[in-house]
Amino acid sequence: MNNSFLRVSIWVYLAIFFLYLLGPLVIMSVTAFNSSAFPRMTPWECLTFQWFGELFQDQRILNGIKNSLIIGAGTVVLSVAMGLAGALMLTQIWPKLRATYYTVIIAPILIPGVVLGISTLVFWDRINRMLGLGADSFLSNGIFLTVIGQSTFIASYCMLVLVARLQRYDIALTEAALDLGASHAQAFRKILLPFMRPAIASAAVLAFLASFENYNTTTFTFGEYPTLTIELAQKVRYGITPSISALAFIIVALTVFFALLNEAKLKRQELVAAARKNATVEELAGKIKLPSFFSGNMAAVLVVVFAVATITVIGTATAYNPAQCIADVREQKQLEAQQRIDELRKQREEQRRLREEERKQRFEGVFEPGDLQPGTTEEEAEPDTGTNNSGFGNVFAPNTLGGDAEEGEPEPETPPAGNGGFGGAFDPNSLQSDD
Amino acid sequence: MSAGVGVDLENLWIRFGDFVAVRDANVNINGGDFFSFLGPSGCGKTTILRAVSGFLDPSEGRVLIGGNDMQGIGPNKRPTALIFQNLALFPLMKVWENITFSMEINGANAKERRKRADELLDMIALPGQGDKLPSELSGGQRQRVAIARALCAEPDVLLLDEPLSALDLKLRQHMRTELREIQQRVGITFIYITHDQGEALTMSDNIAVMRAGVIDQIADGKTIYNDPNTAFAASFVGENNVFRGKIKQVMGSEALIETNRSGDLVARISTANQGKMKVGDDAMMFIRPEALAIAPDGATGDHFVTARVNHEEFEGNVFNIFTEGEGGKEIKVSIPNHGQSFQDHTGQNITLEYETQNAVLVPAGELAAE
Repeated sequence: MNNSFLRVSIWVYLAIFFLYLLGPLVIMSVTAFNSSAFPRMTPWECLTFQWFGELFQDQRILNGIKNSLIIGAGTVVLSVAMGLAGALMLTQIWPKLRATYYTVIIAPILIPGVVLGISTLVFWDRINRMLGLGADSFLSNGIFLTVIGQSTFIASYCMLVLVARLQRYDIALTEAALDLGASHAQAFRKILLPFMRPAIASAAVLAFLASFENYNTTTFTFGEYPTLTIELAQKVRYGITPSISALAFIIVALTVFFALLNEAKLKRQELVAAARKNATVEELAGKIKLPSFFSGNMAAVLVVVFAVATITVIGTATAYNPAQCIADVREQKQLEAQQRIDELRKQREEQRRLREEERKQRFEGVFEPGDLQPGTTEEEAEPDTGTNNSGFGNVFAPNTLGGDAEEGEPEPETPPAGNGGFGGAFDPNSLQSDD
Repeated sequence: MSAGVGVDLENLWIRFGDFVAVRDANVNINGGDFFSFLGPSGCGKTTILRAVSGFLDPSEGRVLIGGNDMQGIGPNKRPTALIFQNLALFPLMKVWENITFSMEINGANAKERRKRADELLDMIALPGQGDKLPSELSGGQRQRVAIARALCAEPDVLLLDEPLSALDLKLRQHMRTELREIQQRVGITFIYITHDQGEALTMSDNIAVMRAGVIDQIADGKTIYNDPNTAFAASFVGENNVFRGKIKQVMGSEALIETNRSGDLVARISTANQGKMKVGDDAMMFIRPEALAIAPDGATGDHFVTARVNHEEFEGNVFNIFTEGEGGKEIKVSIPNHGQSFQDHTGQNITLEYETQNAVLVPAGELAAE
């Protein structure tokens, strides 16, 4: 019993954990398909693909994606090269200096991106001026500065990935190559580089993703080439639309797709290795009969399912026209609005009627009818909070707030004097009464 | 047999900081020889090999290959090929690509390379295995691929750094014979590094025994076994009973020594030390377990030792008797088994005898660690 309780709590924990991890992504993805102008899941209005269309018509977003890709590619090349150099140096340097060197080369990861951004800007601006180049020189180009600025710390990430692989490298392999007549360059190219290839690929992916999502450093260096993250941040400042959800959905889908593809590839390699192990010498020399692509490879199947699903969705999207649904929803919305207006109007009339009655009763009991004239006596204004003639009028009365909310909607009735949004505050009489 | 290319080390010193790894080594290795450096780990034998292959520069002295000074010539330009202790096969290349790596460097095309790889695979008795990866081979097969890879470079000198140490006993014994066969077939100089005296004795034409950076003796296996120069060589190669003492009398090539615990015994002075040992010198006498025999009771003289039997064991080819001489001195006796009846001596006092020529006298010195 105890055991089953434990098991249940593990599942509950897992569910909460994944909800926490993936919940926001799922909700954001769903909002991309809701026709509501504000990204939300409920109330669901209409299934629509219009936000994708809007996304791809947004020149700023497209330009941002283009800049991000260019900068990402530049950063990958620079960071992986610098990371590999740094990693090789770490294995070559005197053991006494190694710890110090490691600290120095890791430091950029620990420095805030904002600082790196500012310092990159200042440093290259300085150099630019020292060389006497103008403001439009290569050294002050946004793409150049962003690539340089991002690489300062992304290269350190790459180095960490590469060092992990390099530590498993047997230096005897290089020596063996040298011994067999290879030059140092040949040994590097033919032995070390192929060995490092998986780590270089990982480092490149890592560098690209880090570059793509970077904001802190880029915000100082982008110049005239805003990246996607910069554009998004600027867009969000003026209000968020579901086309941003659509972009998020595309990114999530691409990530899942490539993760599955990678998994399928790894599984494939595993299967091939297993098949080779069981193969006879003749089979190896000739054509080895490998298991078909999908057998025992769940990930490959998923990739194909994913691809088919994507094509189906895109196909549906081009054929699907939610105009009717949207029109229906709009009509329904208008109806609802009309209803609400009617209700409010009724409510208000009822309230006015009540108030009038109340007033009548009060005036009848307390004052002479002649006192009804506002502003005739000084004492009258203060205690008479119930009337509309005080300094603030009845701005904060619940029914007036309701009236404010309906601003812009056709208001057939003309509000009675002193009962409007500002009460009687600007009534010349009440001003007088304040004196 | 072809003459081959010889290797000479002249006054070779190699230092790492204050540490002297190799001290004044002088070795002449004849072309076509199978030459072994034998010594315990850390004695500098691998350092010598690296100096010959060009991965290390000597601090002093010269390395000559085929009479040419190798100073300033990198490992990729020397006519040597090294077989690494861990083999260092390229893990991402197939077997045939591994074997013909040196040809790839020289720009040979894939067809030529494949042809040569198949020839070499036939030679090392792995026909048709060229398309496997090194990780798909067994330890012994990998070993042979490493040899083929080195031979493919057509070196004048093949250097082997304890290549058999990772293999199990049976395979090791098999590979010994195979290595020797390959060496005789290709006729090039092999320089072999090992700490296993069995490997050195069975395969080598000549052996250099090394101790802490110093070469104690260079000779063929039989000489090293029967006529060691130093106490270290005598104790490192094979099993030996050691008797310490002082020289009492020198009689030409023989000497009488006053041992610490076993009385006066006669021994033959080892060839290298003849004429150098004087009366009163500290000396060590070595007698192999198989050179001792059980003498009739009561026999006395300068080639008899009395001892008490501690325990006995039967090893198959020999009976081993572990005895304790005067003052607790341990003596091991091995009596070859040729089917004779064998009585148990445990607890008895026995007298052991030896022939003078089998007792070797060398100056007292450091012994090999057990």
